[in-house]
Amino acid sequence: MKIMAVCGMGIGTSVLLKMNAEKVLRQLGLEATVEATDVNTARETRDAQIILTTPDLVASLTGLPAEIISIDHFFDLEEITTKLTKSLL
Amino acid sequence: MVSQKPLPSRKFPALSLAFAENSIQVGAIALDREHAIELAGNLLVASGRTTPEYTDEMLGALAEHGPYMVIAPGIALVHGRPSEAVLETGLSLVVLGEPIEFQHATNDPVRLVIGLCAFDHSSHIEIMQELAQALSDDELVNSLLNADNSEDIRQLFEI
Repeated sequence: MKIMAVCGMGIGTSVLLKMNAEKVLRQLGLEATVEATDVNTARETRDAQIILTTPDLVASLTGLPAEIISIDHFFDLEEITTKLTKSLL
Repeated sequence: MVSQKPLPSRKFPALSLAFAENSIQVGAIALDREHAIELAGNLLVASGRTTPEYTDEMLGALAEHGPYMVIAPGIALVHGRPSEAVLETGLSLVVLGEPIEFQHATNDPVRLVIGLCAFDHSSHIEIMQELAQALSDDELVNSLLNADNSEDIRQLFEI
């Protein structure tokens, strides 16, 4: 399974999101690759099952085959866990 | 029985290198969200990590994508992408004297503005790990917000 963590530039926000998503996936015992990328690259990508991003970027990413999960608080592992669990389990 | 679990480390070696001299400002007053970003960009320039063009890129990200960089309540992580405007990977930090509305749906108002510049796509990964660790620590974030001066903040990171 491939998950994309997406932000405007692909080096800051998305990297933090990727790190915390990986932490949550490990806790849940789930195997997935998480890739940090920018919104333009994400728009060209078709092989991700889930896109993690921030509320402001959701509109730019709709229409892709992936499920979009928007995260409000990047350091709230509970929020990430709840939202990922809901779509994965 | 003695616990085998190591004590949580308060050392941030990558952060201490990332915050160069003149990269931290406490009690700054910003007029609006653009100005707040500019202040963080100015510190990256003042500390020798970027050229002024990078600040324009940071502002461009806001104009193009909206306030997505407000990653947690009260905290914005502003950055451009690796480019010729980046001289060296680094961070800056502005603790705003007055909170600023970034027009984010859930995380306004912002008091901590962190500027990030990365020379490439991999040189800043350790910095990001330590940043995530630091900003997940509510106690540390509170200490950042209540710091009197930049020296206080350096000590928090044990620089």
